[in-house]
Amino acid sequence: MHEMSLAQSIVEIVERTAAANGGGRVSAVRLEIGALSHVEVEALRFCFDAVTRGGAAEGARLELDSPPGQAWCMPCGATVPLARLGDACPHCGSHQLQVTQGEEMRVKDIELI
Amino acid sequence: MCTTCGCGQGQVKIEGEHEHEHRHADGTVHSHPHEHDAAHAHAHEHAHPHHHPDGTVHTHAHEHGGEHAHGHDHEHAHTHADGLTHAHPHDHDGEHAHEHAPGVHRHADGTWHSHDGTSEHVHEGDGALHYGLGPAHSHAPGMSQARMVRIEQDILAKNDQIAAGNRQRLSDRGVFALNLVSSPGSGKTTLLAASIRTLMPAQAVAVIEGDQQTTHDAERIRAAGAPAIQVNTGKGCHLDAAMVERALERLPLPSGGVLFIENVGNLVCPAAFDLGEACKVAVLSVTEGEDKPLKYPDMFRAARLLLLNKVDLLPYLNFDVEQCIAYARQVNPEIEVMQVSATTGQGMDAWLAWVRAGVRRAREAQLSTVEGLRQRVSELEDRLAPRH
Repeated sequence: MHEMSLAQSIVEIVERTAAANGGGRVSAVRLEIGALSHVEVEALRFCFDAVTRGGAAEGARLELDSPPGQAWCMPCGATVPLARLGDACPHCGSHQLQVTQGEEMRVKDIELI
Repeated sequence: MCTTCGCGQGQVKIEGEHEHEHRHADGTVHSHPHEHDAAHAHAHEHAHPHHHPDGTVHTHAHEHGGEHAHGHDHEHAHTHADGLTHAHPHDHDGEHAHEHAPGVHRHADGTWHSHDGTSEHVHEGDGALHYGLGPAHSHAPGMSQARMVRIEQDILAKNDQIAAGNRQRLSDRGVFALNLVSSPGSGKTTLLAASIRTLMPAQAVAVIEGDQQTTHDAERIRAAGAPAIQVNTGKGCHLDAAMVERALERLPLPSGGVLFIENVGNLVCPAAFDLGEACKVAVLSVTEGEDKPLKYPDMFRAARLLLLNKVDLLPYLNFDVEQCIAYARQVNPEIEVMQVSATTGQGMDAWLAWVRAGVRRAREAQLSTVEGLRQRVSELEDRLAPRH
């Protein structure tokens, strides 16, 4: 994926929120990057460091929550865990799955000091 | 590593080069270069030997429940199932995130704390105590109070917002928009040119062409008879919603028209970027491998229709059509598949009937909203106005 443009979007969201909440430095940014999302975490950290330089979020800790993958299996009629997109249902082996969790890419919250 | 987006760092696997193997719970084994100087992330159970300064070597397994990255030495103590507690030298030279499985962590100085993911986690190393590696936390007295501001916003929100705007605009105009995606050379432009020559003039058509450079494709489309706008992405590898928004400002889009957006030839990136289209159409030519859907699953998962192109060449190839379709359905059970040849015309009728059906749906949708009706009325008024 495009970790640089993702990092830029993250920093945009973070700096805007910081400014709207009294300014100050951002000491931590928490992201929710689902286990099934197409984000290379190391590349994201690298880009985050680069993009935050010189801004309110410079030096901020990047914390990552990683919700596990889940999908609704149509034949089973139940929510099943999904390790990877494209995997079959661990119970019945079907591929008729609708992902219900794990593709998130969101900025959850920031810590301002 | 890609210098534009940083992708590829830490992920490059070179055959034959490994320092230890990882055995996964499902029995698969893989090797990867394991330099502790390079940051890497992995989340699975593994065992590896530790060599201590006093010469003892032991192996212990630890399960990392989540992401962790470490690219440097750091100091902390582990208490193991066998009761052995030890510290081993590791220095921190930067930030790191540790999410450990629940348990107890004992430190070299005898302090300990539990790890249930929500309690404070104190790291001792480089002479400093690092608090606050859990969620909403407080700092040591004397430091200014940190406050947490909740955001809960999707990172791709900006693109999605613009895409939604495009979608609304297209819907208000009663335009059926398709996002054509494929690897370079699948025959998208030839297919479009052939489609345009058959659809027009009865069907209004407009095209947004995406490439890194040149206006060649837009010129070919114009030569086929349809208005086209070329978007050159420069270093970019996909069209995004903002580019389409700008292109739409310059393109005549009559009601009941079809808008073809020919994305940059790329089976990876365009999958993630909503442009505001009604659906994605993946074009795969029989000169590619049958297993493309498995290799690029995100794209085939995102597509409503798969056009298998250049079928006139099948007699000269070892391409297994049924296998390809099976792979596509494995990745996306709902995908429709059509076999076409833009050069001989085979299968084109079915493809164009599919397009016309989409146009009808877009028309009906336009007439079912107030804004859509307004635009339709204004368009008809323009047409009926006396010419000067």
